Amino acid sequence: MNAINLSRRFFIQTSLAASGGLMLGFHMPTALAAVTEPKPWKTPESGIEVNAWLVLDPDGTVTIRIPHTEMGQGGMTSVALMIAEELDVEWSKVKAVFADPNRHLRNNKEYKVMSTHGSQLVAIQHPHLMQAGASARERLKEAAAQAWGVTRDKVEAKQGVLKSGSNSAPYAQFAAAAAKVTLDKEPAIKEDASQWWLLGTGTQRLDIPNKVNGSAQYAIDTRIPGMVYAAVKASPVPWGKLKSFNADAIKDQPGFIAVVELRAVEGKRGQPDMQDAVAVVATSWYKAKNALAMLPVEWEFGESAKASSKGMSENATKVLGEKGLITKEDPKAIEVIAASKKVVTADYERPFETHLRMEPINATAHVQDDRVDVWSPSQDQSAAVLIVADQLGRDPKDVYAHPVFLGGGFGGNGGGGTAVTRQAAEISKRLKRPVKVLWPREEDVAQDKQRPMSAARMTASIGDKGLPEAIFTRALWYTQDKQNQIGPATADYGIHNMPYKIPLRHHERHNLDTHIPSSTHRGPGANQTGFITEVFADEMALAGGWNPLDWRIEMTKDQADWQLVLKTLKEKANYRTDLPKGEGMGIAAVECHGTIAAACATVSVTRRGQLRVEKIVIVADCGHVINPHAAKEQMEGAACYELGHAWVGGLDIREGRIVNTNMDTYNILRIEQMPEIESYFALSGGKKWGGMGEPAGPPVPPAVANAIFAATGKRIRKTPFRQYDLTWA
Amino acid sequence: MAINLTINGAAYNVDIDPDTPLLWVLRDEIGLTGTKYGCGIARCGSCTVHVDGQPAKSCQLKAASLVGKQVTTIEGLSKDGNHPVQVAWKEIGVPQCGYCQSGQIMSAAALLARTRDPSESDIEQAMADNLCRCGTYLRIKAGIRRAAQLGV
Repeated sequence: MNAINLSRRFFIQTSLAASGGLMLGFHMPTALAAVTEPKPWKTPESGIEVNAWLVLDPDGTVTIRIPHTEMGQGGMTSVALMIAEELDVEWSKVKAVFADPNRHLRNNKEYKVMSTHGSQLVAIQHPHLMQAGASARERLKEAAAQAWGVTRDKVEAKQGVLKSGSNSAPYAQFAAAAAKVTLDKEPAIKEDASQWWLLGTGTQRLDIPNKVNGSAQYAIDTRIPGMVYAAVKASPVPWGKLKSFNADAIKDQPGFIAVVELRAVEGKRGQPDMQDAVAVVATSWYKAKNALAMLPVEWEFGESAKASSKGMSENATKVLGEKGLITKEDPKAIEVIAASKKVVTADYERPFETHLRMEPINATAHVQDDRVDVWSPSQDQSAAVLIVADQLGRDPKDVYAHPVFLGGGFGGNGGGGTAVTRQAAEISKRLKRPVKVLWPREEDVAQDKQRPMSAARMTASIGDKGLPEAIFTRALWYTQDKQNQIGPATADYGIHNMPYKIPLRHHERHNLDTHIPSSTHRGPGANQTGFITEVFADEMALAGGWNPLDWRIEMTKDQADWQLVLKTLKEKANYRTDLPKGEGMGIAAVECHGTIAAACATVSVTRRGQLRVEKIVIVADCGHVINPHAAKEQMEGAACYELGHAWVGGLDIREGRIVNTNMDTYNILRIEQMPEIESYFALSGGKKWGGMGEPAGPPVPPAVANAIFAATGKRIRKTPFRQYDLTWA
Repeated sequence: MAINLTINGAAYNVDIDPDTPLLWVLRDEIGLTGTKYGCGIARCGSCTVHVDGQPAKSCQLKAASLVGKQVTTIEGLSKDGNHPVQVAWKEIGVPQCGYCQSGQIMSAAALLARTRDPSESDIEQAMADNLCRCGTYLRIKAGIRRAAQLGV
């Protein structure tokens, strides 16, 4: 499985000045990202390229080019670690820079993939990334062997030094020769954790120093000479048509330059396309934003203006009574439930949620006759090149995306599926000057592509041993244009494939239409349905007289990895069902991106109904962990993110528009609400490589909801929790 | 109009509408982009700076109100990134995406300047208006405790 053939084309010796690595994200705090310079692709570098990922410098510096984005998940460090592990160099000599997306596309996807999503960076991409390091190491050994007149197996490559007998040389000395070496076969990579010297040790992330002194460059920080600023507004009811606007009314506003009309392309509503919008361009963003607020604009909303969260919720309840698309058919399940004396049934619902990256949606573009430069917060920098090329009708070879740090990602792909990147390209083209487009926060929330609203009706019959014998589920979601699937997610993802061995199962789903743009969201599918399946699991367990943790262990007894995770949780969490009223513990376990994560939440609820989430213990099996430090950060982060949605979040739609569009009304978790988090790995190893950026989130909301039930007897079946009266006597 | 501002100890003469919030003067006029825009309504804390040593949300501070005052931004908190809060932040690895961290660090530094050894509730109170979407709150608390040990 690791026999990725790195052909000779990866090993062309090229001077870096010509090939263009973008200097960014040094591990040294003094080194500023050159991306803010007008022509960062011309940043001079020394050193010799051994392959597309690696440049060796005579002073010992090892420059590793990072094809993926760094959005807080530690991706920059993960890539560098995997390559350094195989190359065998001193970690302190490693310098990370972002790889050049233009080169990637020019050379037929030279880095294989630049997209950073689905918790895949380590789980899925590790073979070719580790191969890049291993292949370079063996070529260096071969080059030294030839020079020293020995065979390659007599050369040792360790910590940046090649040795054989009395011969010794730093890697860089043979870098040029290594780049020309052909190997009979590529070396195997170290997939077994017992072989690692660097991976698994817990490494400080390379991007940290630049993130404590204000120097880390995000797309929003781009400044280039002659740049002007645009503030954009699309229809408050998404996909409304722009009827008219009166530019004259604001032409005397300070700094005013132009109003640019942007139009949706008929028939193109999928991401990342633009909606109708007006952009006000001015000499500063503050002036642009103020002038935009004063611009008279008329929209035509159409039928969408009738939509509301309340109406969609009422409709969901109705549709859950209707037959849907069958994803697993078993009429017997329905018959058994109909004849059963003991049936558990409940409806669940979750609202739309928004990504709310701390960095509001923005992009900068500079369109010129001979080239286009773009700074986009996309989770795939090579896609940003293609989007801009498509928007402008230009050859992608002439489009240069300059990778930046992302102020959050969360599956939102930099906002509006980078519709903002199209806007920047379009406005720059029309005005013939560089422009930074920044959506005001209210626009960021109103026009982001949201996590779909979803609901389910779950029904099960409980058999003799108190365990479910049949289950019948119907799930639905609201997605733009009734999409059946978004990323891995479907309306019943995680429901039709829940791990519990219930003998008879019948599953259906509905795809309902909405004008609200929808897209992937951290932990897609699992983030919504994990709550549904795991609260229902609690209801089934308690109805059958089972301890909810023991029930889960019993219901997964033939699945080794679930057993490992749940039994580890049992050992670590001290789960109890006998706490005094007002205190409670709850369990949940969800699989997401190849990783199983289980959580035990402890809550307290005052008699007056005030909820406090005291502690969450999380156990995860992602197979392998290359950087425990970053992986634990992701467990804390994903838990906080999902708890925020479930406890205090929820978009509110009225008259077709999202009404809670800033941080005074759309809430995320706050420091005083953050529970203590204890995180553990229970690694099954072997061939299992699961993701770690998202999976710890989905079990948290159901674990907390189940703990609230244990504490108060009040069953939470909708989010946000804050809508419930939790008082008790 | 021309306004004289003192930022990180340096004098700046900027030609702006006096109502312009400091945030945009810093970011778009002067080019100090470490201070971030998050909400524009003083709810997220990403734009936190110090004015005469006190934490303040720069999205709500009119430039004209700052004449004669000392403004400190993340870039000026220390010469080489070695303010105890920054050192603690690096040791503990607080930032994830990092976008909110300039504001977090400025709020934390201001807290420690007035309360040498803050309690849990001092920390929660001082940091209540600084939001983090990545969920670094536990490490922010740990970072402040560590910085208190290092001594501000």
